[in-house]
Amino acid sequence: MDYLLTEQQVMIRDLAAKIADEKIKPVAAHYDETEEFAWPIMKILADSDLFGVYIPEQYGGLGGGIMDMCLVTEELSRACAGIALGFAGTGLGAIPILLYGSEEQKKRFLPDIAKGKRLAAFCITEAEAGSDAGSIKTSAKKQGNSYILNGTKQWITNAGEAEVYTVIAITDKAKGARGASAFIVEKETKGMDFGKKEKKLGIRASATREVIFTDCEVPAENLISKEGMGFIIALKTFDNSRPGVAAQAVGIAQGALDHALEYARTRVQFGQPISSFQAVQHMLADMGTQIEAARALTYAAARMIDSGAKSAAKESAMAKVFASDTAMKVAVDAVQILGGYGYMREYPVEKYMRDAKITQIYEGTNQIQRNIIAANMIKESIKK
Amino acid sequence: MNIIVCIKQVPNTTDVRIDPVTNTLIREGVESVINPFDAYAIEEGVRLKERFGGKVTVITMGPPQAETALREAISLGVDEAVLLSDRKFAGSDTWATSYTLSAAIRKIGAFDLIICGKQASDGDTAQVGPGISAHLDIPQVTYVKKIEDISANAARVERMTEEGYDIVETPLPCLLTVVKEINTPRLPSIKGMMRAKSAKPVKWTACDIEADAGSMGLDGSPTRVIKIFTPAPRKGGEILKGGTEYVSKELVELLKDIVIH
Repeated sequence: MDYLLTEQQVMIRDLAAKIADEKIKPVAAHYDETEEFAWPIMKILADSDLFGVYIPEQYGGLGGGIMDMCLVTEELSRACAGIALGFAGTGLGAIPILLYGSEEQKKRFLPDIAKGKRLAAFCITEAEAGSDAGSIKTSAKKQGNSYILNGTKQWITNAGEAEVYTVIAITDKAKGARGASAFIVEKETKGMDFGKKEKKLGIRASATREVIFTDCEVPAENLISKEGMGFIIALKTFDNSRPGVAAQAVGIAQGALDHALEYARTRVQFGQPISSFQAVQHMLADMGTQIEAARALTYAAARMIDSGAKSAAKESAMAKVFASDTAMKVAVDAVQILGGYGYMREYPVEKYMRDAKITQIYEGTNQIQRNIIAANMIKESIKK
Repeated sequence: MNIIVCIKQVPNTTDVRIDPVTNTLIREGVESVINPFDAYAIEEGVRLKERFGGKVTVITMGPPQAETALREAISLGVDEAVLLSDRKFAGSDTWATSYTLSAAIRKIGAFDLIICGKQASDGDTAQVGPGISAHLDIPQVTYVKKIEDISANAARVERMTEEGYDIVETPLPCLLTVVKEINTPRLPSIKGMMRAKSAKPVKWTACDIEADAGSMGLDGSPTRVIKIFTPAPRKGGEILKGGTEYVSKELVELLKDIVIH
C-alpha cells in the first residue's frame, strides 16, 4: 500500500529497514538470550542520524515528526522490538522536552539526543502507580534554587543506559493531580541510582530498571514548564508517543508474518507446501489484512499529531489498541503456522509472540486506552 | 590530509555474463553498485579524514550513470566527486584506465594519499591501482589490511600476504590498495544522503584532463581480448578403494602416468 511518504520519509524508512535487516536481524537472538543492551546497534543508529528524525532542525535533528519516529520504530521492531526500544524509549523521554521544554532546555538537551550521543528515558510508573498514575509518591521539594527528589520509579525503559531522564514527581501533595511537576534529571546527578535489571518475558534486549531518588538535588532550571504541569505534560507526552507503540506493534506483526509466509511457502507436508492449504492461506490473509489496517490507523494518528491537531488522544489510543491487539494475534498465529518449529527458541517466531505482549500493556494498558477512546467519543457526542 | 579514492561501478552480481560476440560484460538488466572492495577504500579514506582533517575526493571513470556511485560515496562521507566520462574512454583496458585516472588526479593536484580497492569484482585484474601509481611515479603498497601509523610524510601499513602480513613503511604521497580486512564500511547517514542528493559531481572529459589521445580508450589499450570463456568445471577426483597396499600401488602407477605425460 502506498502511504504517500515524502522523499525524506522514504529515505528514513529505507535506511531503517536496511539497518534492521543487515545489522539487527543477525544479532536479535543474541541480545534476546543475553539480555544485554545493544550499544553497537545504538552507535549505528546514531551514525545514521535516525535518532534525530523527529527533532527540529534548529536542534540538530532532521525536522520530521511523530510520523518519522513511527517509520523508524516500525522498521527496527520488524527485526527486534527490544532493540527498537533504545530508539523509541529515547523518543518518549524527549517528547516532554520537545512539547513543553524552554528554549534553553531544548538547546541544552535535544542536540545530543538528536545525534544519539545521549539516550533518554521517561519516568512516571511506580510500584503503586501504574494505570492510576495519579497516585505517584515520588516527591520534589523546592529548596533554594533546587528541587530535592525522593522516591522510586519502577519498570523504566532505558534506565541505567540513558543519560537524560524526564521525571514526574509531586511538588504539592495537597493539589492532587495538579500538584505534579516534570523535571529533567541527568544521569550523573548525585542521589540518583538504578535498581537491578528486570528479567522480562519479551523485549529482553531493552533495559528495564528502577530509578531511585534519594535526596537527589535537581537544579530548578530543570523544571519543565512550571509547577503543577506534570500530569498535563505526561498525558500529552503519551498522546504523542502512543503511535510509536502502535508502530512498534506493527513492526512486530510484520516481522512475524514475514517469517510465517516464508515458512508456509517452503514447508512441505502431504507432498505440497503448506501455503497451498486454504486453512493456512486464510490465516495468512487475515494476518496481512489486519497488519495493513493497523499500519494505516497508526500513520493516520501520527499524521494527525504532526498536522498540529489540538488533541489526538482518541486517535492515538485507537492506534495503540488496534495495533497491539493485532501484533499479539498475528504473532500467536505465526507460531501456529510454524507449528512445533514455531515453539522452539531456535526459530525467531516465538520471540515475536513474547515481544508482542508488552505492547498491550505499557504506555497505558489497552483497557486504559479504551477508557480514553470512550471518554473522548462521549465528550465529542455531547458537543454535537 | 587530502585523500583521493578511486572507485568503479560494477554489476551487482557474482554471476557476470559476457557477450560472446564483443567479449565485453553484459550490463543490461543488472543493477550497478560500487565495487565492494572500493567500499573499503571509501571507508578508510573517510576515517582518515575524520581523524586528521582534510578532504576526501572520489573519482571514477565510466558512463554518465556512474554518477550514482559517486553520489553514494558522498552519502558515506566523501567531500567531493569527479566523474570522468567521454566516449573516447570507451574500451579502455587497465593500462588506459590507470593512465586516464592518473591524468585526472594530476589535474586535481595536491594529494597525500590515493586509496583503491584491491580489485574490481567484475574484471578481477587488480591492475588499475598499481597502474595509477606507475603513471604518477609514486610508491604503492597493495593488499593493505591496516594502516598502523600515518604522518604528514610517511605511512606504516600492514600488507597482507598468503602466510601473514608484511609491515611496510612508505613515504607520502603514495597509493594503497586495500583488502576487506581493513575495516567495516559504515551505512550512509540521512544527512549524507541528503547531501548526496543535492551534490553536483565535477564532470571531466578527455579534453578537460588533457589526456593523450593515443593513451586512452580502445586505441590506447595494449591489451587485446582474443577470447573470453568459462573454464570447464573441474571433474571430480577418483577415489581409490581397497587395502592399503593395493591403494598405494595404484596411486604410484597413476602418478607415474602423470609424470610421463
